[in-house]
Amino acid sequence: MAAIIAAVLVNARFAPLSVALASAVKGGRIRRAFEAQLNVDASWAVANRAEGPFDRELMIGSTLPQLVAWVGGTIVGVFAGDAIGDPDRFGLDVIFPAFFLGLLIEELRRGRAQVEAAAMACVVAVALIPFTPPGIPIIASCLGALVGLRR
Amino acid sequence: MTAVWVSIGVVAVINFAIKASGPVLLGGRELPDELLRIIALLAPAILTALVVVGTFSDDNGLKTDEQTVGVAVAGVGMAARMPMLPATALGTVTAAVLRLID
Repeated sequence: MAAIIAAVLVNARFAPLSVALASAVKGGRIRRAFEAQLNVDASWAVANRAEGPFDRELMIGSTLPQLVAWVGGTIVGVFAGDAIGDPDRFGLDVIFPAFFLGLLIEELRRGRAQVEAAAMACVVAVALIPFTPPGIPIIASCLGALVGLRR
Repeated sequence: MTAVWVSIGVVAVINFAIKASGPVLLGGRELPDELLRIIALLAPAILTALVVVGTFSDDNGLKTDEQTVGVAVAGVGMAARMPMLPATALGTVTAAVLRLID
């Protein structure tokens, strides 16, 4: 039970993320529900950053290669993982945060509201990390986006 | 073993619902202006959280280590208009070298 709750908390960030593609995915409710499954963090970030509406094709197009690499990499890891040892040795744990940081820097160049939202999110995340289970700081940091209500 | 698979099934179903929630509940209708303004700022907010959590946290809470330095190096590169791939490669090599020395 604790494992289920932990896993759901980590994935709860997809609730606010999914709001952004609400009007971008196609078809009726069923099809929208299934297209929305192709939403993963990196694809969401890439498809969401351009000016204008959320880019459905870009999200799907960037998820598919990730899907192949993710599942393929997992299979290789299960059978040959011991041969590689700790991948952090090669600094590979830098890649994901650096990728998100690159997208964030582009966002921050777009305006003051973006900087304020990011600053608020940063404060919330750092404040919560020591006290909450994984997942909570990310969902809570969405509060930063509420600065959009000002003006 | 069975309990594990049941748990995986339950998590999969809940995750499906979470990911589908926005498009199913809000899709196919005009969204109010306030909501659109908030959605536009979800990107910088969540990206910040993904960076902070991915860089400054581990199982025990806040941390800084070789990876933190690597991400910072990549960030400085990108802030100075270096393209993403070489900047990330530089950060990765930085972390790897620091760990080698350690």
